[in-house]
Amino acid sequence: MKLYWKYIVILFKSQMQYRTSFWLLALGQFLVPFSAFAGLYFLFERFGQIRGWSFDEVALCFSVIHMAFAISECFARGFDSFSVLVAGGDFDRLLVRPRGTVVQVLGSKFEFTRAGRLLQSVMVLIWAISQLAVDWTVLKAITLLLMVASGVFIFSGIFMLAAAMCFWTIQGLEIANIFTDGGREMGQYPLNIYQKWVSRFFTFIIPFGCVNYLPLLYILDKTTGNELPYMAAPLAGILFIVPCLLIWRIGVRHYRSTGS
Amino acid sequence: MKAYISVFKLRLNNGLQYRTAALAGIATQFFWGFIIIMVFEAFYSQALIDPPISLTQLITYVWLQQAFLAFVMLWFRDNELFQLITSGNIAYELCRPSGIYGLWYAKLLAQRLASALLRSLPILAVAFFLPQPYRLPLPADPLTFILFAATLLLGLLIMVSLSMLMYISVFITLSPAGSLLMFGVTGEFLAGMIIPVPLMPEWLQRIVYVLPFRWTADFPFRIYSGHIPADEALFGILIQLIWLAAIIGVGRRAMAGVLRKVVVQGG
Repeated sequence: MKLYWKYIVILFKSQMQYRTSFWLLALGQFLVPFSAFAGLYFLFERFGQIRGWSFDEVALCFSVIHMAFAISECFARGFDSFSVLVAGGDFDRLLVRPRGTVVQVLGSKFEFTRAGRLLQSVMVLIWAISQLAVDWTVLKAITLLLMVASGVFIFSGIFMLAAAMCFWTIQGLEIANIFTDGGREMGQYPLNIYQKWVSRFFTFIIPFGCVNYLPLLYILDKTTGNELPYMAAPLAGILFIVPCLLIWRIGVRHYRSTGS
Repeated sequence: MKAYISVFKLRLNNGLQYRTAALAGIATQFFWGFIIIMVFEAFYSQALIDPPISLTQLITYVWLQQAFLAFVMLWFRDNELFQLITSGNIAYELCRPSGIYGLWYAKLLAQRLASALLRSLPILAVAFFLPQPYRLPLPADPLTFILFAATLLLGLLIMVSLSMLMYISVFITLSPAGSLLMFGVTGEFLAGMIIPVPLMPEWLQRIVYVLPFRWTADFPFRIYSGHIPADEALFGILIQLIWLAAIIGVGRRAMAGVLRKVVVQGG
């Protein structure tokens, strides 16, 4: 953990060397989800609601998924650009060091500019909470925090999976974008507005449903019957990281250097 | 002119090499298309007042947008050009006996065409045979199709000349990422890439209509879906031509301006 912290401090210093560029990029990162949010707002202004969900409720959903995405992009960026490490043969260096590979890859890159994206989603979240007529309890607040945490784990897991594939393909796989960018895009709305096969896939295979749909029902008092499974759903999302870590380990064992 | 054409051909061939990347891109775009259509389907299913564009027209809009993404995306950057500028290798380009604006224009155009050639046909082919309601309908009559093709190509030319402005701005800022990201995001929103222009509120539509961005994407797509009638489309082509001439004019002058000031450091 201490090692990871050191990595972060060094990367932060190096990124702050290009200050103007840093701020402009952070601002740009702020604008990307902002334009998506503006689109959402205009659609609700015209249609009023989507399958019974109001704008404030969807805004909550939107902010949770974007926050999770921003945080995991901040931290797990190293996995995203992992193909460069493998193709260049630089992964060999990581292997000979007496530390775990996961920590080293995590620490190889850290995108501070994603703070812009994070800021935007925090603002939406605060706004959504202030608009919603929900009587907040401690349990609900914890559930909300768990939702974000669960999202971070799922996105990081997908990044890790895509990186693990590089052990076999050497090349980066653009296809993983379906699940990261696509998952984010899809997670902006409550899952039940989609066709059955989409919502099933994203509940049982990649558990985005555990991040933004099931717990959301609990927070908004839309549950029927026992509330516990709804509350605990984010925990199931966190478990997604376990098979990803396993595949990563298998991948590391499989690794053959490109030698360049 | 011959030099430009050969640069164009070279780039086109180069771009056509990346077939695996294109395949992954196609899969991603299909997924996006489906997600966007489902969201609109959900919105439309309970709309109280009739929206200004029908769901079929909207689905057409979405599929065309996905298929021709390479044409209509402002954020389609060529890192090679950025590096030329920031590393100082621009000096080589300046030695060449042909105008740099035309050369780069041809490069960027070819790149977009190659990417679109690889991606648009498979996406369109599949979208034509999807089950209802996701199917992409054929254009109403041959005239609509001709108008669509013409406006799409003009839109592409406008798009490339707009992105030329972005590259020229790098001469001044030297750091491409931030400012271009902002320009790209704003431009794409105003081109109707996030939500289609007819679904925007009145006041925003008024802004969109006076800016050049919508002529690149929104306009041809709405001609195809029949949302813009033929006579209006002909008038639109005229406006497209005016915009094209204006932006290229500004771009050439700006290019000449920055090139006069450019200082290449050795090394």
